[in-house]
Amino acid sequence: MTQSANAVSHASLTNNTMIGSPDVVAFTKEDEYGQTSPEPWDLPEEFSVPLHPLADSNPWAKTSYAKFTKDFILISEFSEQVGPQPLLTIPDEPKICGTFDLNYFSLRIMSVDYQASFVGHPPGSGYPRLSFVEDSRVVLGDSKEGAFAYVHHFTLYDLEARGFVRPFCMAYIAADEKKIMLQFQELSLRFSQASECLKAGNRRAFAKELQRKLQDLEYTHSVLQREEGLQREAGPQCVYSAHAVEKANELANVEKSIYEHRDLLKQICSYHRRPRRDPQAVACRRCMTECLSECEELLDKYAKLAEPVSHSEKGGKGEGGEGWLDDSRGEEEEDEDGVKRRPSYTPQLIKAKSAKCFDKRLKILPELCEGTFYEAAVELLKETERSFRGDLCYLHTRRLDKALRKNLRVVNFLFEEELDDNAEDESGTLRPFCAVNHSVDNHVHLNSPHIVLGPDTTQLHPSKPQDPLNVASETSTTRQSELGLGESQLESSPSDQTLETQESSEETKGSFSSDKSGLELAEKRESMASMISEGPDPDSDLTPEPDQNTDAGRESSSEDVETTAGEEDDGDHERDQTPVSLLEVASELDDCDSLNESKLLPPIDAACCMPQEHFLHEASAPDTMSSVQQNSHPKPSQILVVNQEPQALLPVQGEYTVGSPCSESPPTSLELPVGLLGDVASQTSVEEGSDCTLSASTGSDRAASPLGYGGTVTLRERKKAGQGALRFVRQYPFAMQALWCLLRGRTLVVIGSDEGRVRRLVLALALFVPSPGKCGERVQAWLSCPLTLTDLLRWKLIGLQRVGSPVGSSLLYSLSRYSRYISILDVDMKTLRCPPYSGRLLANIADHRTYIRRGSTFFLHIQSTLCRLAARAFLFTFTHHLHLPVSPVEGQEVVESRRRSFLQEQLGLDKGDSQVLLYLSQLITQQYLWPANRSSFSFDYTTSVLYKI
Amino acid sequence: MLRWILGGREAQGSLEKSPVLCIGEEQPKNCFTELQVLKGHFDIVRFLVQIDDFRCASAGDDGLVLIWNIETGERLQELRGHSQQITAITTFVCRSDVTAHPSLITASSDRTLSLWDPDTANRIQTISDLQSSVKCLLVLERLSLWVSGGEELCVWNKDFQLRLTKPMCNNVLLQQTNLKCFDLNLLIVAVIHRLTLSTDSSVSVSEIHRLSEHQDQIRALISVNDGLFASGSHAGELILWDSISWTTQATMHILWEESQASTQTEIRLGAQKPSEMSIQHLSTNGKLLLAAVGSGLYVYNVVSRTVVAYRKAAHDSNVLHTTLLSDSEVMSCSEDGSVRMWEIQDLPLPAEPASAGFFGMWTFGRSSKQSGPQSKKVVDIPNLRTLELTGDLIGHSGAVQMFISFKEKGLVTCSTDHLLILWKNGDTQSRLRSLALFHKLEENGGL
Repeated sequence: MTQSANAVSHASLTNNTMIGSPDVVAFTKEDEYGQTSPEPWDLPEEFSVPLHPLADSNPWAKTSYAKFTKDFILISEFSEQVGPQPLLTIPDEPKICGTFDLNYFSLRIMSVDYQASFVGHPPGSGYPRLSFVEDSRVVLGDSKEGAFAYVHHFTLYDLEARGFVRPFCMAYIAADEKKIMLQFQELSLRFSQASECLKAGNRRAFAKELQRKLQDLEYTHSVLQREEGLQREAGPQCVYSAHAVEKANELANVEKSIYEHRDLLKQICSYHRRPRRDPQAVACRRCMTECLSECEELLDKYAKLAEPVSHSEKGGKGEGGEGWLDDSRGEEEEDEDGVKRRPSYTPQLIKAKSAKCFDKRLKILPELCEGTFYEAAVELLKETERSFRGDLCYLHTRRLDKALRKNLRVVNFLFEEELDDNAEDESGTLRPFCAVNHSVDNHVHLNSPHIVLGPDTTQLHPSKPQDPLNVASETSTTRQSELGLGESQLESSPSDQTLETQESSEETKGSFSSDKSGLELAEKRESMASMISEGPDPDSDLTPEPDQNTDAGRESSSEDVETTAGEEDDGDHERDQTPVSLLEVASELDDCDSLNESKLLPPIDAACCMPQEHFLHEASAPDTMSSVQQNSHPKPSQILVVNQEPQALLPVQGEYTVGSPCSESPPTSLELPVGLLGDVASQTSVEEGSDCTLSASTGSDRAASPLGYGGTVTLRERKKAGQGALRFVRQYPFAMQALWCLLRGRTLVVIGSDEGRVRRLVLALALFVPSPGKCGERVQAWLSCPLTLTDLLRWKLIGLQRVGSPVGSSLLYSLSRYSRYISILDVDMKTLRCPPYSGRLLANIADHRTYIRRGSTFFLHIQSTLCRLAARAFLFTFTHHLHLPVSPVEGQEVVESRRRSFLQEQLGLDKGDSQVLLYLSQLITQQYLWPANRSSFSFDYTTSVLYKI
Repeated sequence: MLRWILGGREAQGSLEKSPVLCIGEEQPKNCFTELQVLKGHFDIVRFLVQIDDFRCASAGDDGLVLIWNIETGERLQELRGHSQQITAITTFVCRSDVTAHPSLITASSDRTLSLWDPDTANRIQTISDLQSSVKCLLVLERLSLWVSGGEELCVWNKDFQLRLTKPMCNNVLLQQTNLKCFDLNLLIVAVIHRLTLSTDSSVSVSEIHRLSEHQDQIRALISVNDGLFASGSHAGELILWDSISWTTQATMHILWEESQASTQTEIRLGAQKPSEMSIQHLSTNGKLLLAAVGSGLYVYNVVSRTVVAYRKAAHDSNVLHTTLLSDSEVMSCSEDGSVRMWEIQDLPLPAEPASAGFFGMWTFGRSSKQSGPQSKKVVDIPNLRTLELTGDLIGHSGAVQMFISFKEKGLVTCSTDHLLILWKNGDTQSRLRSLALFHKLEENGGL
């Protein structure tokens, strides 16, 4: 592990709360962690607390008492209404948890409440304070349940909640304690990312909510003030009436509330300026700067708004209130406008009494965090879950494997599947996860909006399904009006809008318009229609709101974003979550047939950029998915709010419908990849599915060469290829020569009349093509036209169709013409024409009488041999004196003989094997010098021999 | 060769019709073990010109001139401007006091002439109002002049100013006109059936001598050394001339007759197509003269005035271009799409081929004056050697039009299949790559 990662881990420990509960497992001692051994997985003995010492005799028995079959992630909340409750599990599969009592476990993990977070009014401060609490990370164990959990507590802000905070926790639950302990760093890192993501979304949502609330309050304030003014006009005798006093109190309350909320807004906006104690809480820098600027704007706006409103100002600044009123009526007039003018948020009149009561509906998690952020976090957690599949041993091996492969970039390309290039920042720096993908600047904020809640997803989804409820008020199909549509739904924050407030606001509006003269009303409408709302209206005596209309344009642009990404209305889920749910579907689809996604899963903390890359990748082409999404994808956000038994209600995701072998053997919760690889021939279709799902977690699968254009190859196909290769080796006595040709870079043409047969053989032989390219570019499975020289340059393995004349004759002529460059394997006649092979290396892998019976075994056998070969080629390539003279007097012959003696005596290679090594070395050299494929074609002039069965 | 896979002889018929020797796949002397395909042309590539020791230009029927780095195979420049096929291309070295900057002159069927800078791909000069299209170009470096030949002969100075135009008196279509500078102020213009010798002093062209020894169209013309030049005709006449006295030094008529003794000889002679003995190309190294005769090769020693070696069926089809790489190495390319490398070897048993495998070659004493020097020529050639095929390069799928050897750096071939192929020595290349590898390793400071 790198130095920086160590530092991070060390620092993170300081944040760990050590809790004295017997079930909380001590993670480590701080003083000793400083001198950890270089292998972080090798924790000292004292840190592993054996649960049942007697059961230790059987390593597999350790997990047998767990009531669940697989590790999973649980998100639960300490609800102020019902107490601890599980919200969702990842994966969303009921049988994941088995008989494990989620409610009980939620209680356990939430009862270890983490910090004495102070909320409410601190003494000496007039306003309620928001508590900025850092996340806490603990490892918990429940010996009775056989469960261990990494628990990550965090809080989200909610205006409606007690103390404005709602505590949540995410837990990674596994049966193996050691697994959690040893993966603590990475778990912590990943959960921190998810938590940061949720919190970032939450802050935006909270700020937005505050903004709405402030508007409501100010509207209320204006209404109250006007009423008071009317009363005052009515006569001094009314001033001291009980009613008037009540009104005055109410006004004062509202004003106080305004101050409070403004302060809250200030607090939430200052979030980013606050120094973070949590070293793992890294936020996307662009998000942060954007957020800061937005906040500043927001603060500016409300600082002005919250000037103590007095009657003296009303003449001058009346247009603000007018704007509001216009907005409240503006929805109907919008279409007549022609100009795409959208009303901003419509404030509601707030009743003096706060609606805080027990029967109110608390916001669900997606509402709290905004859809985009929520989905991103869930996606992150899903990936976390995926990447931690398998037992510790397997994880460790995979990590080692990956680390090694990263070091062996020079030779990897030969026989190994390509590592992804996006692991560039291996410096160990934390790369913040950004839900809105700031690495791509695909969206442009025209003038930085007040609250940017995410990417402008409408740009990605031009064809969103129209909400049928709003079609009536919606005639224009442009994006602007579509946003207006969203706006009309955004009338009020849902928790605000209890029935009473709505009614009361209706009442007020009604009474108000009756107060005013019809003339004035008409005038206002007219003024609005002609878009001169900016002009001051001297008649208006409403509450002034100076900024409201002047930045109408700005407002609208901000609303663009708000509506698309931050919409929280229930009916709007589908729209809101389009981007993310698309991703989900895409990943689900991909999960089955491509390894790209799964091999992205980064077990090493430096690779935390990968999920983002993944994200980016997916988001770039969402349009094609939209149809899939609309009819197939369950709406997760609606389902996820589950009060009691989440596992009973969660939909079975397609990803997990196919049974996996581990679920068939419940006692072992951790799947053994060995078992997966061990068997191929007898795989049933069920296991075929498991191949796909679990290909991510199988380590040795990455060594095969992908075949055919465009697609990567699943493990299943590779194993099949191994099977085919085995069959080939057993069937043809000259298999060795054929493989040798491939390995030394002589193009092998497989000719036959049966397409399937040729294709199968090509697929099998493709395992032996060195540097087949990322998508098997050097392999052509089926070709039916005469060969040309360019074909030979491009492909190293060609399946060729044998056709009758006259096409066939030209085809055969081309074969004979280029016969010096190619070897020809005739499937129909079972002959091979190629130079004779002299060497012993391939006898090992192309043994006619091999005892290996299973394709996958043979595949691994091939891989190990080829791996050794690649290592030798590496050594050979980078040994200076084998290629260049050591002294200027030395001639080329000396170098030549030295090379020959190295190959023959030190590596023990015969001539044929030396040629293989020379070819591999040449490939390595070319790859090292010119990674961008600069192809030249090497050959030699040797006679070919015809081999027959 | 591939009969097992061909399943019949028919397909091979074309291959086996002519008794062409086949070297097989074992070619230990063939050092070209690596190739690179250079793509870029859209039509037949006909011309290759070497610009300096690592660049060459290719030109073809698509009107394009491409400049290649033959070390890396990169395409360096693309000279666009001609609308029709390019008919002639030559390098033109603009010598300043210190540097010699090469430029290219191209002639095209669109009746334009252009001067290009190969470094920048700029078209420096263009002449577009020509009467006829130029078929060949000749640069007279010492005079700083260049000559274009077509239906008229034009002399230009290095600034692209027309100095002189002389219409050719015979209204013959110049199929292949060769111009060669012998001396400071001499020009030879080859026309059909005739050689016209013109002098050029103070830029005036006048006919000095007219040599009318050839019976047929003159196809090829080359200056062997300061005192000799050679011309070959469509009918297979190869005449060696003295460039000062304008006298014939030697005359050979190559008929590729298999055996004089055969009764069928006359018929064969009659049936023989003239193209089979047409002299397509001549090349020389000052001592040896190599003629591409039909699909065969003919090597003549101009010093000893003897035939060195010959091979009638050197290729399956007409030989288009030849080069003498050294005194013993010969390279030729042909319409059959292959390039072949030959070695002039001593016959293992010199007596046998000289007596039996005879060829139709006469030495004519055209003019009685020259009977003296020609008397040495005898039919029995004492030290006749043989052309042994040492290797062939197969890659092109069309006729190989031309090739240029860059010595150890490789060989460039161009073909009707729109491709250029860069042939290289694999061992040398791999050594160079190793060198580059360790260089880069050093730069990077390790892996």
